[in-house]
Amino acid sequence: MTDTLTPPAAERAARPGPGARILASPLLWPVVALLLLVVINTLALAFDFAGRGETSFFLNVRIQDGHLYGNIIDIARNSAPVLLVALGMTLIIATRGIDLSVGAIAAIAGAVACTRLVGAADEGAVTAAIMACTWALAVCVLLGLWNGFLVAVLGIQPILATLVLMVAGRGLAMLVTDGQITTVHNDTFSDLATGFVLGLPVASLIAVGMVVVAAVLTRRTALGMLIEAVGINPEASRLAGVRARTIIWTVYVFGAFCAGLAGLIIAANTNSVNANSLGLWIELDAILAVVIGGTALTGGRFSLAGTLVGALFITTLARTIPNVGIPSEANYLFKAVVVVAVCLLQSPRARAALRVRRRPVPKGAHS
Amino acid sequence: MSAATATLGTTSLWDKVRTYSPPPRFLPLIVTIALFAGMFGAGSVRYENFGDPQVFLSLMINNAHLIVLAVGMTFVILTGGIDLSVGSVVAMSTMILAKTLEKGWSLPVAIVTVLLIATLLGTVMGLLIHYFDIQPFIATLAGLFLARGVAYLISIESIPIANETFMKWAYEPITLWSTYWIRWSVVVALIAVAVAAYVLAFTRFGRTVYAIGGNESSAMLMGLRVGVVKVGVYAVSGFCAGLGGLLFALNTPSGNSLHAVGMELDAIAAAVIGGILLTGGRGYVVGALVGVLVLGVIQTFIIFDGTLTSWWTRIAIGVLLLVFVVIQRLMTRRQT
Amino acid sequence: MTTTHEERPVTTTTQNAGGVPAAQTPEPVIEMRDISITFGNVRALDGVSLRLLPGEVHALMGENGAGKSTLIKALTGVYTIDSGTIVVGGEEHQFSTPAAAQAAGISTVYQEVNLVPNLTVAENMLLGREPRFLGGINVRAMNRRAAATLERLGLDIDPRSMLGDHPIAIQQLVAIARAVDVEARVVILDEPTSSLDADEVEKLFEVMRRLRADGVAIVFVSHFLDQIYEIADRMTILRNGRLVEERMVADTTQLQLVQLMIGRELEALERLDRAATHQVTTTEPVLKAVGLSRKGSLEATDLCLYDGEVVGVAGLLGSGRTELARLLFGADTADNGTLEIRSARRRLRSPRHAIDRKVAFSSEDRKAEGVIADLTVADNMLLALQASRGWLRPIPQATRNRLVADYIEALDIRPADPNALMRNLSGGNQQKVLLARWLITEPELLILDEPTRGIDIGAKAQIQAKVAELAGKGMSVVFISAELEEVLRLSDRLVVMRDRRKIDERRNHDVTVSDVLEIIAGQGDAAGSRTEEETSRD
Repeated sequence: MTDTLTPPAAERAARPGPGARILASPLLWPVVALLLLVVINTLALAFDFAGRGETSFFLNVRIQDGHLYGNIIDIARNSAPVLLVALGMTLIIATRGIDLSVGAIAAIAGAVACTRLVGAADEGAVTAAIMACTWALAVCVLLGLWNGFLVAVLGIQPILATLVLMVAGRGLAMLVTDGQITTVHNDTFSDLATGFVLGLPVASLIAVGMVVVAAVLTRRTALGMLIEAVGINPEASRLAGVRARTIIWTVYVFGAFCAGLAGLIIAANTNSVNANSLGLWIELDAILAVVIGGTALTGGRFSLAGTLVGALFITTLARTIPNVGIPSEANYLFKAVVVVAVCLLQSPRARAALRVRRRPVPKGAHS
Repeated sequence: MSAATATLGTTSLWDKVRTYSPPPRFLPLIVTIALFAGMFGAGSVRYENFGDPQVFLSLMINNAHLIVLAVGMTFVILTGGIDLSVGSVVAMSTMILAKTLEKGWSLPVAIVTVLLIATLLGTVMGLLIHYFDIQPFIATLAGLFLARGVAYLISIESIPIANETFMKWAYEPITLWSTYWIRWSVVVALIAVAVAAYVLAFTRFGRTVYAIGGNESSAMLMGLRVGVVKVGVYAVSGFCAGLGGLLFALNTPSGNSLHAVGMELDAIAAAVIGGILLTGGRGYVVGALVGVLVLGVIQTFIIFDGTLTSWWTRIAIGVLLLVFVVIQRLMTRRQT
Repeated sequence: MTTTHEERPVTTTTQNAGGVPAAQTPEPVIEMRDISITFGNVRALDGVSLRLLPGEVHALMGENGAGKSTLIKALTGVYTIDSGTIVVGGEEHQFSTPAAAQAAGISTVYQEVNLVPNLTVAENMLLGREPRFLGGINVRAMNRRAAATLERLGLDIDPRSMLGDHPIAIQQLVAIARAVDVEARVVILDEPTSSLDADEVEKLFEVMRRLRADGVAIVFVSHFLDQIYEIADRMTILRNGRLVEERMVADTTQLQLVQLMIGRELEALERLDRAATHQVTTTEPVLKAVGLSRKGSLEATDLCLYDGEVVGVAGLLGSGRTELARLLFGADTADNGTLEIRSARRRLRSPRHAIDRKVAFSSEDRKAEGVIADLTVADNMLLALQASRGWLRPIPQATRNRLVADYIEALDIRPADPNALMRNLSGGNQQKVLLARWLITEPELLILDEPTRGIDIGAKAQIQAKVAELAGKGMSVVFISAELEEVLRLSDRLVVMRDRRKIDERRNHDVTVSDVLEIIAGQGDAAGSRTEEETSRD
């Protein structure tokens, strides 16, 4: 700008002060909500223990048996599967898609890994665990390719295309496990869920690792920008020569891979796989995490950090409810309330209703 | 257009029958009916007793609740929406019924309460969808969580239903002829199908449902009451889910928060297999009925076979779903 | 066209009106006076008036952005007017919803058939006011009533058939039948003919004549001048949201009409000294199209484009100018014809193929087909280049910064902030960003469809200057614009389109706006002035 005294409105808006920037950040509300949960937990726990004449602090972290120990470490560990699935879902949703089949894919991953382990020559060996996980993830990639094929090549609505695998997937997982609840004994494998490296839970490290991978993949390459372009304006992207098909295919494969990792962690947590219940409804939790994180279901701009906060929020919520003395099953009720609240916050109609009513001006008026 | 006027008078009935070709809009439905007949026929040939009419009647008895759910889902899908909440609403309904009966409410009051709550939940979801532009997927996802949560809140344990009248309805067979019988749940389900078919075909509400699915903005410009109908279909779906819950309780006389997990998928699958286009505007409620029967016959097949394990049901449904989804896609692609 | 004047049934209304429509005409059905509508900062209508007489076909004429649709929407209650009055049957009205307008006897049929394909013809005609019996729809009575209305209009359509099973033309007629069934006093037909063939148009006109004979006032919008002259009695011409004139069709030549529609607006633009300075060298063409066509959008067209040459495409809206551009870029696929790029035969199945061959295309629909509103200026600029590199090879940060900074400066984009969101830029600046998007890919052929529409005059001049500069550096440019002055000022060669065909092509030697107008109006001495080898084959 040559005339620095009167910068245009757009430029002024682009350079706000630090306070305004925090207020305008889409991450603000998710973070506030998460902090609120932490405060509630802290108070509830303090009261609870005070009643028994003890003291306890929710955020306490101590070292026990050579690794970190405490509520927030638990939350970090428990949130790993949802975070992983939500991560893939974020990119898929950004392209105007959705993947309902991730829960089924997680179940298949668990099933494949456990049956490979059981069938391995030496069930307890490290190599057996690595081989089993590799197999499981390879299968997941195939399933992702399948979903991507239906969506990107055949052009089937994502919700329908992934419904196929959502319905059939658990049957396939049962087929793999022969309908049995397969139990495995492999320390390396169970370390995926319960192990610690450098005092930190392995599951969290994997999840955070994938967040970093996703961040690098989308923000260090051009993938993120192209995903957003396709999600915001598919036709303009096509005319600019963007190969939407490859991009859509990529995100479905990535989503399936993440779901596979989540399935492995869940299976490792119980050292067994129940194809009927492993990862049940995790797709819904993941979608919820994405929505809470501020990525709109209509596609376009996405926020990996938001999804991280969203996943933590859901896990913390699940932990808060019993802490404040409500039966943990009521979790669902709170999730429903959160979904509606978040959607209403995003809905222009609801926002308009909150403000003073003004007659909307029709847009795009040309002959 | 002139062909229609030429068939008057001179042509014989036989000529009409001979030259009859079904309008393309009935094709998916006919395919599904043929599929059902073929599967049932194949079963009859392959397994002893499969062709017994009671097998078919049992199919209806076992899936009466799903038929009602699919009817409600048909309304929603015809407008181009989706309702994920129905499975949870079934669970919630069984819970409310069991709990209220346990508290000593009279049966009619309990039933009305269940239906009212389910309808109310549907209406609220419809309002969120229409007035706040929340996608049907996410609004009914909230409904799914809410209904399941309410069910858990009522009780985590299973509550048995011991009401005498209710038990009588549940177990009293209605003999149709000789030894063949059905239960009241089938009667209710078939009435639901008949009422829905009439409403969809012959009322302004029903035709508006189709109009919205065909083109929502056109429907608006035609001066139809789009808002009322859009909210209405979710109310209908909620009501059907409540009714489905009652029928489910007839088959399984208990209230349980774990009932009907994933049943919304079966309802959606039945609708899709029944030739109802997920993008809206095309399909018939009879298709949903046949879709449920196809799902049921798959199950029966696997039970009769004995060597096939139960999970083949899900895989078979998935494959069928895939086939129909691809066919739907090809059909819509041809039209555009 | 010559025969149509005799064919047109002469109603008493129009005859009495003669050349002086104001005084002796019957009471207007509707009179809109001094209507103004503003959207944000844009004045879409500025004191426009419209009078509709009973039993006339009234053509509403104007180019893109003239305000036709806005005026129609103001009349039908879709938009609320800021000032002015609407008088219906002597009473002042203000319609707040389409339903209210309908109740007052004003029905509209839009270009896209606003009916529902999956219902029957009768339902589409009567839904919302269908005859009922015991709470349900009386299907028999409904079909009977629909059949009666269809017969009145002379249409042989089975009311029980599905609307979607009929061709668009029939659907359009059903839409009119629905409009008529409401006892309409005014029927507005907004571009009903754009997708119809000649027979279908004739059928539509037949229905219109019947309605006119019944005393209905018909507002007719069409981009086909011949159709206007065949069916319309009077017309109102709009330009840039203002009323130009109300005229009798019979008293207006096509040339006058086109002049009135396009107008000449004096613009304080710097004169670009480049018209016709460039000579085609004998090199091979960048692109050569032979018999390129696509059903419903463009008839077989030949075109050669050379390095360093600006080819201007002139023609009215709907003439096929945009359709031609889209086929050259592969945005739509051609049904027939061949395309050679640098002498190699190519089939363009998608824009990608064209981009890989160094062709670039900026769409006329900036908002829907150009701008990625929620991405930054930098991302929008680099999108095409990045897309052709693939996502695995991101543009290095340094290159990125340099390219963006260079183009922001070269095109004077404001705000000069690469991280500003595209949605916050003005139309002119968005257009410059889109231009930059394509220049960054270093194309050999640049197709610009209305790059200066709806943007401020400064940005316009800058874009024009840039185009001239690019051609000077050897780029081949196709420049499409509704503004003839602009096309003439910039182009070395001129292609004139009409009715989805190329009707003329000539070197731009002292061609004047009135020359082009004459060609478009079909009165040019076409045979004499066509250029040698590339004349259209008609």
